[in-house]
This record gives sequence, structure tokens and C-alpha cells, in this order.
Amino acid sequence: MRQRQSYQGVAVAVPITVPYQRYCTQGAHWFVGQAVQALVQASGLAKEDIDGLCLSSFSLSPDTAVGLTQHLGLSPRWLDHIPTGGASGVMSLRRAARAVQAGDADVVACIGADTNHVDSFRQTLGSFSHFARDASYPYGSGGPNSVFAFITANYMRTYGARREDFGRIAVDQRSNALKNPNALFKKPLSLDEYMAGRPISDPIHLFDCVMPCAGADAFLVMSQARARDLGLPHAIIRGAIERHNAYASDPIMVQGGWRRDLDDLYAQAGATPAQVDFVQTYDDYPVIVMMQFEDLGFCAKGEGPQFVRSHAMTHDGSFPNNTSGGQLSVGQAGAAGGFIGMVEALRQLCDLAGERSVIGAQLGLVSGFGMVTYDRCLCTGAVLLGRPA
Amino acid sequence: MTMPLMRPARKNPILRTPQMNLPPSARSRVAMGLTAAAAEGRFELQVCQDCATVQYPPREACVHCVSPRLQWRAQTGWGQLLASTTLHHSNDLFFRERLPWRLGMVALDAGPSVMVHLHNDVGDAPCRLRVGARLDRAGQAVLIGFPEKESEHMADDKMLREMGSDPKFRKVLVTDGKTPVGQAMVRALVKAGADIVWVGHAEPWKKLPGLSELAALPQVTMLPLDLSNERSVTTLAGEIGGKVDIVINNAEVHRSHGIGNRTGTDVARMEMEINYLGLLRLSQALGPALRGRAADGVTHACAWVNLLSIYALSNFPSHGTYSASKAAAYSLSQCLRAEMRPAGIRVVNVFPGPIDDEWNQNMPPPKLAPDSLASAVVKALRDGTEDVYPGDVAHEWLQRWRENPKVLEREIAAGGT
Repeated sequence: MRQRQSYQGVAVAVPITVPYQRYCTQGAHWFVGQAVQALVQASGLAKEDIDGLCLSSFSLSPDTAVGLTQHLGLSPRWLDHIPTGGASGVMSLRRAARAVQAGDADVVACIGADTNHVDSFRQTLGSFSHFARDASYPYGSGGPNSVFAFITANYMRTYGARREDFGRIAVDQRSNALKNPNALFKKPLSLDEYMAGRPISDPIHLFDCVMPCAGADAFLVMSQARARDLGLPHAIIRGAIERHNAYASDPIMVQGGWRRDLDDLYAQAGATPAQVDFVQTYDDYPVIVMMQFEDLGFCAKGEGPQFVRSHAMTHDGSFPNNTSGGQLSVGQAGAAGGFIGMVEALRQLCDLAGERSVIGAQLGLVSGFGMVTYDRCLCTGAVLLGRPA
Repeated sequence: MTMPLMRPARKNPILRTPQMNLPPSARSRVAMGLTAAAAEGRFELQVCQDCATVQYPPREACVHCVSPRLQWRAQTGWGQLLASTTLHHSNDLFFRERLPWRLGMVALDAGPSVMVHLHNDVGDAPCRLRVGARLDRAGQAVLIGFPEKESEHMADDKMLREMGSDPKFRKVLVTDGKTPVGQAMVRALVKAGADIVWVGHAEPWKKLPGLSELAALPQVTMLPLDLSNERSVTTLAGEIGGKVDIVINNAEVHRSHGIGNRTGTDVARMEMEINYLGLLRLSQALGPALRGRAADGVTHACAWVNLLSIYALSNFPSHGTYSASKAAAYSLSQCLRAEMRPAGIRVVNVFPGPIDDEWNQNMPPPKLAPDSLASAVVKALRDGTEDVYPGDVAHEWLQRWRENPKVLEREIAAGGT
């Protein structure tokens, strides 16, 4: 494979969160609008200075990103619509960074936004994909719960993971969430409470599941020179990968696509997993977090259970993971779920994380995972973000 | 091991009768191939004609070589259970009302991994099992994981019972008890564990052979029913409409000859009166009652069976007007099926070749024995299939008709059978 160009000179800045709500009567357009307004206010740019837009949402229908330009009075010269859910944050960043490097856009707004009406989730499930409609939704209509129940059960049997191991991930994330004012979950979670959660689709229990909600997360991508001119604290992209439909011949998912591009990611950054100060994993279910620890190089395949037993995953622990609380404890705001790790990583690297800071963090990893069209998620991506030199 | 289903307690008349909520019924057009095969009791998957890859979920191109030349081919269904789960929460009313519900992920020996409704006799993963396709209550195909070894009461599995219309403990109407087919049907239903079999007879004063033996069975109740008489049909519906779970409409008028060997329309009119209009009258009288009881407990209303004929597909000139009446009935049954589907009531069409009865006296063998026809209907009810072609003649006709209906027409016109 040809050596990829670096992302040198690109800045990622202005992490924005439009506060999450369990249910909301407004449409996704409202959340996108709020995100754009907040990006403008926080950056000091004029709306007209945003000349690139990369949007991810499940609830804009029948609009796509271009409809939002007219809705919000934007006139970008570069536009992308990335309806890839949990991988959309990493994917937008990669695309926006290249657009900025190439000069196709100067300032790209990357936004993940979704609303959540009372019946939204059920309706989304039934029409999520051709394969879901034909081959998974008619089977109990449990949504991703049943698919991840299979993956979790198979992982537990194969590698000896126990429910307590997944519980450690959920409990530590909740502890992080208590220091995040945007988290929808405000109460501490003990391992006993986790274990006592009611079964949803065993071995998946209540606290293994994310809560769908409404909200938006966003950031800006521009040149480092521009960020400096604007006086914006920012992070730089040390390396970034994505992969779709990897390991398709595995009868059931035991590894994610990150694994295929792992060496490329660290080689580009000139770093090793040991140098990573925090990770923001995609946490639709704890088993996937554990797989990311393995597939992103922090431990060998099958060592995930032992790894979580030997680490504290709180922001001040030995292996900070999902320092915002992640989707498990903040909420899953649709496509914003693909952005929550990105804005949190930016806050950590721009010293905006307040009392949940990872002290002295220089290098962070954000991972994305999206689109359960049938029996597994298809999109994986990861980015290493660092402080500017 | 599945425990045998116990006779359900009598319905509490104070309680509201639950209404039917169907499982998700939307499918892409390409996925309907699974349904088309399951409707006839087969499990077929797409197989690439260029590279032989077996694939699932259904696609528009081969996942391996991207060829569009895909054909639906029968599968043995053997595979390995990779994982199972019991669902305690569902976003869909049908499942929500039936939790807990067991599901499995299976690696088929043929290649693909498939999500299945899992029979309770299937053990924990990893284990061997057999996957089959069934129509669910929405009339769409779903895959089922069956245990490697069959057991005596496995049909009583809660999930599996939802997929079929097992006559066990159900109340059945057979619209004509005077014919050999009707009588075989009644006996087969009694043997299958039907709770009550109401047997219609149009002319109660006629002491036809076999009727008194039939009436002596404790499960059987004879009722006057003349499908050519609207009042007779509505009277019957008033009497048993709120109780009947399965309707088997086997009443028919069958005379030989086509157009030129008879003068006038009296015989053709009688054939249409029973075979077509009789079905229409019965559907109008009993259809709404069945629809209203589609979720009424473990022995809810579930199925409607029409005795058609393979000659409904293509006219058999020596039984020409009969063929025409059966073609009309076939068309009407598709309308009935469409109207019953929102309630989850299965409409089963049976397309026999010549039956070994008095009206086919001059037909050469093979002819379908009434007992064979009756067991084919009971099997169809149990397996939840909706198109049944019992016997060798029916199978052959169907194959020829599917290969080329024009060729079949010419062959039959030239004196073939």
C-alpha cells in the first residue's frame, strides 16, 4: 500500500455539544441550527466563514445535508453527508481534514445531530437497512440488543469474559459521567446495581444498553494557521484510519476493522499504544469497548477481560476511557453518538474538560463504530489526536 | 424437551378478547423469494449460478463474484448454533405480547450466518441444529432453528405454534361431510387432536354412507349447511362464528365435460354457485369472525383452507366448466388471503389433481386418495404452508405450468393429462 499523506497542518477545534434531552419535540434541523450557532459564537467566525459542511444524522429525512444549507442560510463550497452513525465523527474528520489540506474549504463544520421523539427509535429500527428489514427486525424486533447479545455471548464463551468485566466498563464510565453536566445519568452506578439490572436480551442487561436521546455534537476543522490567527485552542491529527465491512467471513463478530489498519494508524502517528493517554471508544455495548481495547492494540485478542480487571478506566485511572461518561452514561443522541468521543477528546486536549480532565494528556485516541445493518457493525474508524507542537 | 400443550381452560367471557398485532411484515422485493419458497414448505436461499456461493440476507448480486445470476435453491439447513439470546424486551407489539422470546445466530454449513427464531429444544451454543423457513403470522418467511433430534411434542413449542395452525385443541368447520374427502378430513382432524369438528351437510335427510359413523365421533357435531343458500350460511355463522378457529371449505360441485358436450348453463351455474359463490358467501359470513379472534389465546382462530384443483391453474377441457369454477375460486381466495392477512389468518389453498372419487371415475390413475389429501391438509396446517399441491399429478402439473404455461395448455388441448 502506498504511504498515505499525513494530516499535517490541520487543526481540529471548537468542540460543541448541544445539550442532550431524553425526548424532544424539535426536529433534527433545530439541533443542527443550534450547533452552527454555537460554533459561530465560540469561534468568533462569521457564519459566512464556514465554507464546508459535513453532516451526520438519521432524522433529517427527507432532507439530506444540502437541505440544511438552505434551511440555515449557509453557502458552503464543500459539502458532505455521512449517515454512518457511530463512525461518522471519525469519518467526517478525515474528510474535512483532506478538504482543508487541499484547499477545497477553509473552515469545515462537522456536525452530528439527531432528535428523538417518543416513537423515533422504534421507527428507525424497522427501516434502518434492507438487511435489517429482511433479516433481523422480523426476529423479535429487539433492534441492536439481540445482535449484540449474540456477539457478547459468543465473546464470553470464547474468551472467558464475565458480566462483571463488562460491568467494570459501565461503572467507570458512570463515574466519569458524574463530572459531566451534559450526562443524562446523574446517579452513581455500583457493580452490584449493574449486575442486578434487568435482562433485556441476555447476556445483555439494562446497564449494557445506551439510552436513545436527542442532541448534537460538533467541531470545526481548519488549518492550524487559521486556528492560531483566531486564537483557538485546538488539537492536531496524528493519524486516522477507517475500514468498512472488514472480516466479513467471520461467522460472528469477534474482531473489528480497526485491527486491519492498526499498524498504519500508529505508524502514521509515530507512536505506540503505550503512549496514548486516554481513549474515547465507541460504547454502544461494553463488549465492543472491550474489543476496541484489543483491536486498537492495548492488549492481545482475548485479553480484554483481564485488561479491564487490571485497569481503572476513570479519567484519573490508569487507563482513562470515555472520560465524558460515553453514550452508556451520557445518552446516545443518534448520529451525535459518533461525535461524542471526538468532542470529548478535543476538550481533553484543549484543557476544557474541567474536573474530569486527564491530567497532562498529550495524545488521545477516538474510535468510531457504526451501522448494524444486519449482524454486525460495518464501519470502523479511529483517529489519534495530539496537542499541537 | 417441549412439554405437551395442555387443553386450555375455557375462555373467561368477562375478559376482552385481545386483538392481533402482526410481526413486522415489510420485506424488500428480493427477500420475498424466501417467502415464496416457505409458502410451499421449502427453505431456499439465493445461490450464485456463476460461483455457487450461497448467500443471506438476500441480495441483488452475488456477495462473492457480484454476478446478478442468482437462483433460489433448496437448502438442508444444517448448521452450528453460534449464540443464542432470550429477548425480554421488544419494540414491536407482536413480540412484546409474547415475551420471553428465544433467538439464535447460526452458521449454516452452506456458508452464511443467519438469525433465527429458536426452538426451545435447541440447547446452548455451540451445538448442531437444522434451520428451516416458515411463514410467520404476517405471512412472511422467517427462519426457524429446529433441534437436531425431533421430539414427540416439539410442535407444541410456543414459538412454533405461532408459525403454524396446528389443529390440536382447535375448533374446526368442515363444510361438507358427505364426500369421501370431507369424511377423511374430519377423521384426520379428530386424529390431530381437534377439540370440536363441525361438519356441514347440505341435505340432512339423505342418509349417505359413512355419515352416521362420523356423527358418532364425540368430537363431531353435524350442522346443516348449504353454501348455495345465503340464509343457511349466515345461520351457521351465527351459531359457531364466535368459536370456529379453522375453516375447511371442501364443498364442491364437480361434473365432467366442457362446453360442447352439454347444452345450457345449469351445470356450470351449479358449479359456480358452490365452488365460487359458496366461497364468497362463506367468506363474508365467517371471515370477520375469524379476524376478530386471531389473538384469542393459545387456540386462537388461525386458518382458512380452500379445496381448489390443479385445474385452477390451467383448464382441463374434459372437466372444463369445473376448471373454470375452480379458477374463479382460486382468484377469489387470493382476495380472501389479502383480506385475512392483516389479522394473521393463514389462507391455505389446496390444489389436488384428480381425487379418487366418483366424479373422477373415468380418470386413469394415479389418483389422489381422500386420506392422502386429508393428511396433506393437516400437515399444511401444522407446518403453516399456504399453497399445497398434494399428489404426483398435481406436482407434475405445477412443474409443467411453471416451466411454460403455454406449452402445458397445448399439451392438454392435444388430449394429454
